[in-house]
Amino acid sequence: MSEASVIHDIGYQRYTGPRLGRGAVFGAIFVHGLRAAYGLGRSAKAKIFPWLVVGIVTLVAVILAAVRSQTGVVPLNYIQFADAMSWLIIFFVAIVAPELVSRDLRAGVLPLYFSRPLRAADYIGAKVAAMVAAVWGLLAVPQLIMFLGAAFTTKKGMSDVWHELGDLLPGWGYSLLWALLFTGIGLLIASLTGKRAFAAGGIVAVFLMTTPVVGVLSILPSTDAQEMAGLASPMTLVSGVGQWLVPSANTGLMIGNFGPVYAIEAATLIAACLLLLLARYRRVAAL
Amino acid sequence: MSLIETQGLTKTYGGRVTALHDLSVSVEPGIIGLVGANGAGKSTLIKILLGLIPPSGGQVRVFGIDPTVDPDRVRAKVGYMPEHDALPPDVSAAEFVTHLGRISGLPRTAARERASEALRHVGLYEERYRQIGGYSTGMKQRVKLAQALVHDPDLLLLDEPTNGLDPAGRDAMLALVHRIGTEFGISVVVCSHLLGEVERICDSLIAIEGGRLLRADRISAMTEVSDVLAVEVSEGTEELAAALTGLGLTPQVDGRLLLVPLDHDDTYDRILRAVADLDLPLHRLDQRRHRVAELFAPRETADV
Repeated sequence: MSEASVIHDIGYQRYTGPRLGRGAVFGAIFVHGLRAAYGLGRSAKAKIFPWLVVGIVTLVAVILAAVRSQTGVVPLNYIQFADAMSWLIIFFVAIVAPELVSRDLRAGVLPLYFSRPLRAADYIGAKVAAMVAAVWGLLAVPQLIMFLGAAFTTKKGMSDVWHELGDLLPGWGYSLLWALLFTGIGLLIASLTGKRAFAAGGIVAVFLMTTPVVGVLSILPSTDAQEMAGLASPMTLVSGVGQWLVPSANTGLMIGNFGPVYAIEAATLIAACLLLLLARYRRVAAL
Repeated sequence: MSLIETQGLTKTYGGRVTALHDLSVSVEPGIIGLVGANGAGKSTLIKILLGLIPPSGGQVRVFGIDPTVDPDRVRAKVGYMPEHDALPPDVSAAEFVTHLGRISGLPRTAARERASEALRHVGLYEERYRQIGGYSTGMKQRVKLAQALVHDPDLLLLDEPTNGLDPAGRDAMLALVHRIGTEFGISVVVCSHLLGEVERICDSLIAIEGGRLLRADRISAMTEVSDVLAVEVSEGTEELAAALTGLGLTPQVDGRLLLVPLDHDDTYDRILRAVADLDLPLHRLDQRRHRVAELFAPRETADV
C-alpha cells in the first residue's frame, strides 16, 4: 500500500450533541414514509408508478378545470372527482402500502427499529400517518387545482370564491375519509406478508371481490337491500358517507335513510384496521 | 456500577419452554463474551436486556436501569446487532445508517455525520454510497455493526457477529470488536457459540447452557491458576516425576508428558536442574496456558 492511500485515523469520537425524543423519531419515520410513498430517494423504477398515478389524476383535474372555465359546465364536483379516481387510488394504495410495511418485514429491519427508543405504536402510527398524507395529497392537490381553476375564472368575484371554498373543504374532508379507510385496509393486508407482490395482489383482490357483491345486492327487489348494498364494499361505503354528509354531492349511490349506518360502519372499519395493525406490531416489536 | 446485573432471571415461553433459568450475573464494563450452544438462551437474554420481552421472574438492570420499566433509556445507551439478515437491499449503506441514526433520536445533520463516521470505523467508507444488495456477507455484517454504533452507545450487544464469515472475515470482525471495546471506550457483549473465538478478545466470559449459568468470570481469573509447564523426556519419565516430587513440586503424568504447576519463578530452574542431574534427554519444556475451553470441558461432556 502506498503512503498516499493510508487513511489518517482520527479515532473514535463520542457524540455529545442533543438526542431527540419520540416525537422527532415519529416525524423522521413519517417523512421517510411519505418520501418512500412517492419513490423519492429511491431508484427511478420505484418512482414510475406513483408518479404515473399522480400524472393521470392531475391531468384529469386540469382538464376538468379547463372545461369548467371555458364552458361553465361542472363535469365532476370535488366529491364525484374523488369517486371517479377510486380505482387509481386503489392501485396507488396497492403499490404504496407494501412499499411502506412489507419491505421492512421482508428485509428483517424491524429488530433494528425496535431495539431503539421507539414503540410499536410510534412505528405503525408514523407509517399510517405517512400513507394517509400520501393518499390524501394524491386527491387534495388535484382538487386544489380544480378550485384554483374555478376561483380564477369566476365572474362574480369574491362571493363565488367563498362559495367554491365551501365546496372544496368538504371535498378535502371526503378525500381524507378515502385516505383513512384505504390506508387502514391497505396497510393491514400489507403487514401480513413480506412479499410485495402478494400484498399488492391481496389489496386489489379485497376491492375487486367486494365490488360485485354491491352489484348483486343493488339489484335485489328490496329497497332496503338496495340502499344498504353500498355497505358491502369499501369504495361504495365511502361514497355513502359522502352522500349522507353532503347530499348535494350526487354520488349516484342511493342510501335512503341509512346514512348514519354508512358512517358508523366506516368509522368502525377504520378503527378496527388501525387496532389490528397496532396489535400486529405489538407482537412484531417483541421480535 | 455494574454494566449488567441480573438476579434470578427466568424466562419461560408459554409456561413450557424454559429459555433462562434463575440466571444471576453481575458484569463489569469491558468486552464480555456470552457463550453457549444454539438455544442456550443467549438471544433471550439480549431481548430481555433491551426490554423487548419481559422476564417471567427475577430482576434485571442495565446501567442500573430496569429495562422492563424504562426501556427507552436503556435502548438509548445500547446498540444492538442482530444475528439475522436485517438490511434492505435497495438503499445505500450511508442512507440506511443515517436513517437509523435518526430513529435513535439524532438530528438530521448529526445522523448523517455519525453514519459516515460509523461506516468509516467499520471500514466501509469508500463503499458507503453503494446499494447494500451488492455487498458481500462480510460487508453486510459491518453495516449491521455500523448501525449499532451510529448513536454512540455505551454498550453494544452483538449477536453472533462472525456468523457466515470466512476465517479472514472472522479475524477482521473480531479485531474490530476488540478495537471498539478497547479504543472506543464502549463496552461490548459478544454472543457466540464458538468459545475459542470470543476468548481471544474478551475480558470476561459468561457461559450459559440450557438457560442456566455455567460460569461467569474474568478470563484472567479463569486462566491464571491453570498455567502449567509441560515437560517431555524421551525416557525416565517416572524417575523424573519422583525427583520432582522430592523437590517439592507436584507433577502429574499425562501420557508421555509431565505437567507441573507453575507456581514459583524458580520452577523452571528446578525442573531443568532435576533433568540435568538425572541426565535425561529433554525433548521439550514449555508453558501451557490452559484454554478456557478446557475449564468447561468436563461439565460439557457430563451434560451430553
